[in-house]
Amino acid sequence: MRLSQLAGRRLVAGIPILWLIVLFMIPFLIVFRISFSEVRLAIPPYTPLITWHHGSPSLEVHWSAYKFLFTDSLYISSYLYSLKVAAVSTLCCLLLGYPMAYAIARAQPSVRSVLLMLIILPFWTSFLLRVYAWIGLLKNNGVINNVLLYLHVIKEPLALLQTDFAVYIGIVYSYLPFMILPLYANLEKHDPALLEAAADLGARPFTAFRRVTLPQSLPGILAGSLLVFIPAVGEYVIPTLLGRTDQIMIGRVLSDEFFENRDWPVASAVAILILLILVIPIMLFQRAQRRELEGAS
Amino acid sequence: MFSRTMLVLGLIFLYVPILSMIVFSFNNSRLVTVWDAANSPTLKWYGALAHNGQILGAAWLSIRIALVSATFAVILGTLAGMALARFGNFRGRTLLAGMTTAPIVMPEVITGLSLLLLFVALSQLIGWPRGVGAVTITLAHITFCMAYVTVVVQSRLTGFDESLEEAAMDLGARPLKVFFRITLPLILPAIASGWLLAFTLSWDDLVITQFVAGPGSSTLPMVIFSKVRFGVTPDVNALATIMVLLVATGIAISTVWMRLREKRRARDLQLAAAANL
Repeated sequence: MRLSQLAGRRLVAGIPILWLIVLFMIPFLIVFRISFSEVRLAIPPYTPLITWHHGSPSLEVHWSAYKFLFTDSLYISSYLYSLKVAAVSTLCCLLLGYPMAYAIARAQPSVRSVLLMLIILPFWTSFLLRVYAWIGLLKNNGVINNVLLYLHVIKEPLALLQTDFAVYIGIVYSYLPFMILPLYANLEKHDPALLEAAADLGARPFTAFRRVTLPQSLPGILAGSLLVFIPAVGEYVIPTLLGRTDQIMIGRVLSDEFFENRDWPVASAVAILILLILVIPIMLFQRAQRRELEGAS
Repeated sequence: MFSRTMLVLGLIFLYVPILSMIVFSFNNSRLVTVWDAANSPTLKWYGALAHNGQILGAAWLSIRIALVSATFAVILGTLAGMALARFGNFRGRTLLAGMTTAPIVMPEVITGLSLLLLFVALSQLIGWPRGVGAVTITLAHITFCMAYVTVVVQSRLTGFDESLEEAAMDLGARPLKVFFRITLPLILPAIASGWLLAFTLSWDDLVITQFVAGPGSSTLPMVIFSKVRFGVTPDVNALATIMVLLVATGIAISTVWMRLREKRRARDLQLAAAANL
């Protein structure tokens, strides 16, 4: 390889690496560092990491932000609540998304691209407005209640908005394409001959599905579930617009600590704790992504 | 059979909210979800929208930010995608691969917080940026949009083998020429859809933007969010309808364009095959 070519390659890879180090990696180090400070009334509103006493530096590490998170039950409960909401929503997404992806993968090739387009199209329209649409549907005098009252299914309007149910609906609705697309990419590659062979050997359709299709589609299930679960844990917009007022999710806690209480160290500590639980899922996702992008060649 | 039923139900689930928003944008009543049959359909909320300076101003800011962010994100994402798909095992590869996939799943509150803390630290250290606003929003948007562009470009490039590029190199073409004559035309569809994706993500983002925005730099999602937080407003329905129409038109145009390109490619291949006979 010529020297100029090598320099060119360094430039091509170096520019995005440099950009991401400055705007993605260093910011996390700053969050990490501020989580070990104490809040103070100054600019910036936290204590410095290194202080100077008579010309010699001394390291000042405060654990108070973390201690605070474990003493007030608000934080623990919203942390656990977020994990529960994300897990239930991911499961619902999978239960709805898997049959949908399966049906698309088994459809005629000409219909398939139209169906895929229909799945992706909502994703291109505003996420915020799609969540907002559910307020109009779920409200006490909203569309769903009006229809049910009109059909005499119910006598009193159901309280649907500001419930866990509304948050599940919102998350499943917003993240469904992220579940379907990796599942479809996986299911589409399956060889139908395997199912025929299973049928020839006397397996009922459900047994063939359970023993042949399902195990083969595990990578797709994993990729789709991670794409839903990880962002859902820190979800902010959906629970704020549709969710309960007596139980908030951890993403809202972080935002409130920062904007309302102006407590940067506690907000940073919350961020670190969210990351701590997501580090393994994120690494799993990266491995799946690497396989998908590099195994294709 | 079961899976087909679920597909139909799922598609209904996906489209009913959007359709209900469109229908109620023509409703006369302020009580968004109660249909006022006597005076509807009406275009009055569209008229109100046209005179809402706050929404129009925010939309204009959002468009400008999205145009700049998408363009820079495409440049950076294409470089990253090229490096990951074509450079083999270079030093820093794992780092780059990790830093381009993580932003896709990272909860937005964390990305937003960390970027704001970076801007605050930078302005103390080097005096730049001076305060938060359109510039910091754009920098943040470029960063999370480029991750998506990288994935799109990388997966398109891994779909093509390197033989064309290698052949051009063997014939003595310089790397830059190879890129502009061979690689770029191959990945142009990926670059186009990457740009559209980046534009949409930037145009749509609320959470990260809220962290890095300042007074006087409210983007359209921020204005919408502050309105709908306290209930449903009919002019937002009208706005949503306009946005859905724009997106649907855009998708239709790009689909037709892609189809035409593919057809032309198939014809070229046929001609080439015929010439070889």
